[in-house]
Amino acid sequence: MALYSEKVMDHFRNPRNVGVIEDANGIGEVGNAKCGDIMKMYLKIEDDVVQDVKFETFGCGSAIASSSMATEMIKGKPLSEVKQLTNKAVAEALDGLPDYKMHCSVLAEEAIHSALEDYQKRTGRKI
Amino acid sequence: MPPGGFTASGKESYAVIYADNAATTRMSEAAMDTMVAMMKESWGNPSSLYAHGQEAKEVLEKARKDIAEAIGASPREIIFTSGGSEADNQAIRSAAALGRKQGKMHIVSTAFEHHAVLHTLDALREEGFEVTLVDVHENGLVVPEEVGEAIREDTCLVTVMYANNEIGTVQPIREISAVCRKRNVIFHTDAVQAVGHIPVNVEEDGVDMLSASAHKFHGPKGVGFLYARKGIRLKNLIEGGAQERGKRAGTENVPGIAAMAVALKEACANMEGNAAHLTKIRDRLIAGLREIPHAALNGDETRRLPGNVNFCFEGIEGESLLLLLDDRGICASSGSACTSGSLDPSHVLLAIGRVHDVAHGSLRLSIGEDITGEDAENIIRNVKEVVSYLRGFSPIWRDLTAGKKAFIL
Repeated sequence: MALYSEKVMDHFRNPRNVGVIEDANGIGEVGNAKCGDIMKMYLKIEDDVVQDVKFETFGCGSAIASSSMATEMIKGKPLSEVKQLTNKAVAEALDGLPDYKMHCSVLAEEAIHSALEDYQKRTGRKI
Repeated sequence: MPPGGFTASGKESYAVIYADNAATTRMSEAAMDTMVAMMKESWGNPSSLYAHGQEAKEVLEKARKDIAEAIGASPREIIFTSGGSEADNQAIRSAAALGRKQGKMHIVSTAFEHHAVLHTLDALREEGFEVTLVDVHENGLVVPEEVGEAIREDTCLVTVMYANNEIGTVQPIREISAVCRKRNVIFHTDAVQAVGHIPVNVEEDGVDMLSASAHKFHGPKGVGFLYARKGIRLKNLIEGGAQERGKRAGTENVPGIAAMAVALKEACANMEGNAAHLTKIRDRLIAGLREIPHAALNGDETRRLPGNVNFCFEGIEGESLLLLLDDRGICASSGSACTSGSLDPSHVLLAIGRVHDVAHGSLRLSIGEDITGEDAENIIRNVKEVVSYLRGFSPIWRDLTAGKKAFIL
């Protein structure tokens, strides 16, 4: 039994949506360097849809894979759907995470929610 | 498939650079041959009186003699254990039991000992002992005078490791033992990383108790030994038989013990040549990895094990570094929290003053005798590439390079 599922390793080795969106209108950063995990999500939202999403992550394999998977799950999706994304859904989409790595999927959920909050603050719009 | 792996026989199926010898070593051919031969031929119980049992007893005592010789001890001073952890536990528990009888309930150690030592000390604290941990300083070296200052009238034991398992620093054991002897305090050293790699001699080093583990010097797992100077009364951890002069019950692991003796003899016979080769490669690795910006070597540059290299790289996390190196056929380890399964990074790195932020980005390479100069260049190139790749999408690195945060390293 390997530490991580094939899906986790795939997203870790070939992370999707890596990088920065210069004109993002929702940015969320969670975690801290002391604990060894930081996730930053950049959202470009138009017409209540996540048109584009990018991430930067400092963290372990499952943190990088969770960020990558979460971005895939919200890209092109309406905000009504995006705001309902849970860490459980991220972990399940990765075919599971070891128990002590579940907090990585929590960070992904929190990073997205934090970016959505930032979007609401910037635009004054309610989701 | 990632470029790396071992077949069931232990041979590499394709090119792998194994640089995690501080975790465990591959068994030597001679040790394996001995182990199998003992399983086939000398499988009797050494406590049985018929010839087949006594033959196993002879194998056992020959191994004891060889091991004693390798560290300058006499055979009666060697107790076989299940490994280094058991030896550490037994040594510390024994000194504590002696101390308790004399009303001496204070122990001196360091913050960067192996958990086999630290957790035993924690348990003793619960039982009323006081523990003083002396500083290991930024270079990862204990200062003998500071050990002297920590010793009190009621100190029953000083336990300081011979060489650190993570950062490889070799402690001034002779000077520490001299301090202990002067103050008439028992000195134990966890020499798991040292035995078979650097010269260890219990007489010349002046140690009273010493722990070692076979699988760190190309012997089998599950076997080790405790050296206890004649006159030190050992406390049993395992009761139930007269084996090991009544100090460690359980039928002896004769094949494992015989293989350990063979591995140790071999390691000692080749020590000088191996150390010279490893030191050269180690220094090349240190020089090569230093070229990475905002990186720092952990532990003293020269007073370290011949095979140990340990760096912190700012802005990245160790587990992802290890996974990507594994993909490139390099086996290494890290002191990041994620690799330890806890929230805190390595206690060793914290003990030498590395802050959490950079301790998470550590890499330990513990190279073995079969490493080549070409392997070293391969490691340097790959570590550089992977560190740079991970920094490329690290939000911390972005903040550091944008001047939003100050570099630590």
